[in-house]
Amino acid sequence: MDKLQFLLLVAVALFAIGLLGVIVRRNLLVMLMCMELMLNGVNLSLVAFAQQTGTAAGAVLVFLIFVVAAAEIAIAIPIVLLLARRRHTLEADAFADLKG
Amino acid sequence: MTHLLTLIVVLPLVGAVLNGLLATHLRATPLSKTFVTTVGCGLPIASFLLAVQGFLQLQATGGAPVIDVAYTWARIGERSFEVAFYLDRLSAVMTLIVTGVGSVIHIYSTGYMKDDKSYARFFAYLNLFLFFMLSLVLGRSLLVLFVGWEGVGLASYLLIGFWFEDPVNAAAGKKAFITNRIGDAGFLLGMFLLYWAFGTLDMDRINVAYNSHVASMIPASLAGILLFIGASGKSAQIPLHVWLPDAMAGPTPVSALIHAATMVTAGVYLVARMSGLYLHAPTASAVVTVIGAATAFFAATIAIAQTDIKKVLAYSTVSQLGFMFVALGVGAYGVGIFHVYTHAFFKACLFLGAGSVIHALSGEQDIRKMGGLAKKIPVTFVTFAIATAAIAGIPPLAGFWSKDEILWNAYASSRGGSPLLWAVMAATALMTAFYMFRLLWLTFLGKSRMDPEVEHHVHESPLSMTGVLVALAFLSAVGGFVAVPHFLEPLLPLPQIPEAQHHFEMPLLALSVVIAAAGLAGAWFVYGGGTERATGLARQFASLHRTLYNKYFVDEAYERFIGRPLVWLSERVFLNLGDRVLLDGSLNGLARLAHRTAGAFSRVQTGNLHLYALFVLVGSIVVLAWSFRHG
Repeated sequence: MDKLQFLLLVAVALFAIGLLGVIVRRNLLVMLMCMELMLNGVNLSLVAFAQQTGTAAGAVLVFLIFVVAAAEIAIAIPIVLLLARRRHTLEADAFADLKG
Repeated sequence: MTHLLTLIVVLPLVGAVLNGLLATHLRATPLSKTFVTTVGCGLPIASFLLAVQGFLQLQATGGAPVIDVAYTWARIGERSFEVAFYLDRLSAVMTLIVTGVGSVIHIYSTGYMKDDKSYARFFAYLNLFLFFMLSLVLGRSLLVLFVGWEGVGLASYLLIGFWFEDPVNAAAGKKAFITNRIGDAGFLLGMFLLYWAFGTLDMDRINVAYNSHVASMIPASLAGILLFIGASGKSAQIPLHVWLPDAMAGPTPVSALIHAATMVTAGVYLVARMSGLYLHAPTASAVVTVIGAATAFFAATIAIAQTDIKKVLAYSTVSQLGFMFVALGVGAYGVGIFHVYTHAFFKACLFLGAGSVIHALSGEQDIRKMGGLAKKIPVTFVTFAIATAAIAGIPPLAGFWSKDEILWNAYASSRGGSPLLWAVMAATALMTAFYMFRLLWLTFLGKSRMDPEVEHHVHESPLSMTGVLVALAFLSAVGGFVAVPHFLEPLLPLPQIPEAQHHFEMPLLALSVVIAAAGLAGAWFVYGGGTERATGLARQFASLHRTLYNKYFVDEAYERFIGRPLVWLSERVFLNLGDRVLLDGSLNGLARLAHRTAGAFSRVQTGNLHLYALFVLVGSIVVLAWSFRHG
């Protein structure tokens, strides 16, 4: 098993764990964290491919994703905090009535 | 003055704007009334004086037409549409009638409408009418004439429904408007045809074109008939005559000005103006003659049985308009205009006299409840009697001359005159004399049949009204001595009379005097000795009387055969089937489909985040699988 194959397997594992977490866990914070895991799985694959092909595009894209992820989490965490303060729970199902 | 004609036309418009916009805001102060009177009467009189000046100029130049281009409306390629005014002998005569009779009726209205709360509105409408009527008469092209034509229709609508609080009046206005639209459709088609054939709508050019090259004769009769459909709408000829009697719902000065003296003669003017066309359209001329004669005859029979003073006069107007169209139909265009001219005087005088009677009787219009008014309102009686004698054709009053000319041409004209036509018109003339003297008798002579309450209040009208009556009665008496046909002859040549006919002229003249006298005698015989004889006759010919009294049931027939099928068609087919089922149904069906689909999909939206994530997962897996297979 060469290095690229290994890295890609790790990336897929990260993504799958994250996806599974988002789907099965009920805690909003944990779901957020799992989403980060998925993002990082994708990042890892991008970096691995960038290394393989020797181009910078993949690495640049990773930085872009970092920025987007940071912005996303900066908005998501306060929303989760406000929700938690209002309902005193972090269960995702408790907020099902927000469906609109 | 270069823009004399424009000024004649525009002055009444200024009056309409001033009265309509300013005076209605001034409230009912004495000052505002003075303002309205000054503006409302002053500007038409100024218009009349300018028209006299224009007439004198025309005389000085020997009848050369004056053309005044006020405004170029549109230029399309080579062709341009101009708002141009055209004064020749024909339009000069009409302008003088319109502004002259119009002015005196304005003056009369200051007395008649004195206590009306919409005094300013009345004068604004009246001035507006005069503006449109003058652009109709003076317009050079059919387009300007048509604008005036529609405008007078609008003014007529507004004035018929002047007292619109009563739904009957509003309905009468609507009826006039809609009936005229039917005629206007024909008029418009005629205009399109002429524009298509000649590339111009200037009436003088069209006439010249018809006179010069006979090649484009093909649409002459068609165009003539189409234009006559328009004329028959405006001039209340069969089968579009039904609106005029109802139009009497308006104030009486309006009936005098619009529905007797000026607007309803617009159709006669149109045909006379387009005489160049009609001279080359024998079929159209025959149609004009037949419709005119039929209208004259039937309207006269209806007038015999009516009991409303204004309705009698209205049917008499319809009948006299028929006379004019007979003159036009047999090619005696100048004679038709001559009758327009004399008719304007005596019919205006009759209507204004009727207005004075109604004024005196506090609104009573039923001649069965009048009688014996001669001594109480002598000025009205004398003027009314003169005008009655004039319309009946008693020599030497105005109506005698014009009616005799029409009868003579109906007999002898080489363009469709015949003894039969003469007989029909002579019978109509006899009936005219009869029903007019019947009206005079029932209203002014005999014993009083008034309510004591009403009789107590009977009073002669103020000077502003009686003065006008005297002036119009004077003109009805002497107006016939002006040889209008001769004056118009360079423009509207009279038809040729076959040599063999000439020796009939004097006997026929004598005969028409006898006819008028016979009508007078007949009315005297029936109505002279109280009402017993008349009611006896009515009972003896009960079914005839009922038919005449109900105007041959024309309104009812229109209602049954046109009105109701139209309502049925609109309601059942267009509204229920077309609109509700087809249009609304298809649109509502689409909307319902979208609604149901959305309802089904909206169940997916549960609010459960994990379910959403699962959907995303399944979705991405499907996409991936699909792209693997097809990639």
